[in-house]
Amino acid sequence: MIEQDWLYGLLGGVFIGLAASMFLLVNGRIMGASSIIGGIIHTSKENDYLELISFIIGLISLPAILAITYNLPKTNITSNLYVIIIGGLLVGVGTTLANGCTSGHGVCGISRMSPRGIIATIFYIISGVAVVFVLRNFLETL
Amino acid sequence: MTRYLFAFISGSLFALGLVISGMTNTLKIQGWLDFFGNWDPTLAFVLGGAIIPMFISWKIVQNKNTCLLGSKIPQNKKSPINIHLIIGSLLFGAGWGLVGLCPGPAIASISFGGKEGYIFVISMLIGMSLKNFLIKEKKYFFY
Repeated sequence: MIEQDWLYGLLGGVFIGLAASMFLLVNGRIMGASSIIGGIIHTSKENDYLELISFIIGLISLPAILAITYNLPKTNITSNLYVIIIGGLLVGVGTTLANGCTSGHGVCGISRMSPRGIIATIFYIISGVAVVFVLRNFLETL
Repeated sequence: MTRYLFAFISGSLFALGLVISGMTNTLKIQGWLDFFGNWDPTLAFVLGGAIIPMFISWKIVQNKNTCLLGSKIPQNKKSPINIHLIIGSLLFGAGWGLVGLCPGPAIASISFGGKEGYIFVISMLIGMSLKNFLIKEKKYFFY
């Protein structure tokens, strides 16, 4: 018996894959969220600034429009500000050092059988599992 | 102009996928990372669903030099598996587990994630802007 959440996951995943496919086939770019955001912060000749901005506008505006009519599921982010700031800094620094995140290394890298993408994915999952293990077992209050 | 329109559509489609799959809900992410507790397999379905179309797309562009709009297809550079990749991924994973957000969903949920969402995104941008302190050489790109 497949749970409904898994089916929504699969469907949403296909949309993410189609988005990445369109960005690759039409624009010739890899859809990595951290690289796109990083490309806006650190302008470079290799980046078409407007193309990256257009992508981010789509990424922000579609959920914003949906949120007007639909009750979007809550993000359930922790209310502990220290945890949010430390987490945000770690994600920013980590994806910059590794040159990719879940979309770049995970979706685009694994589907291309890129050794870098596969290795990165293994390491961020190991680290994430370890942190959640510590949170669940020793720091329940966070 | 076409280029920007398609970038916009890709971004929107990405956001739609993230919202439908529940990836903007931090509890789903942390639930998937909770291997030794009450494991939630949803994220595996999301990753699987996303990899299938992308696997086909990589096959399509395999023997092509340019994309539909004429620019070059990013090459699979033989970048080394170096210490930046390993340390960076470990740090990213720690933040991902701690809050349950990665860059895509963090930006996608900015309109409905409340104050906490803003603080996360600002912290993430600060982390990203430290790049020049973190990496000395100017070489960087996707992977």
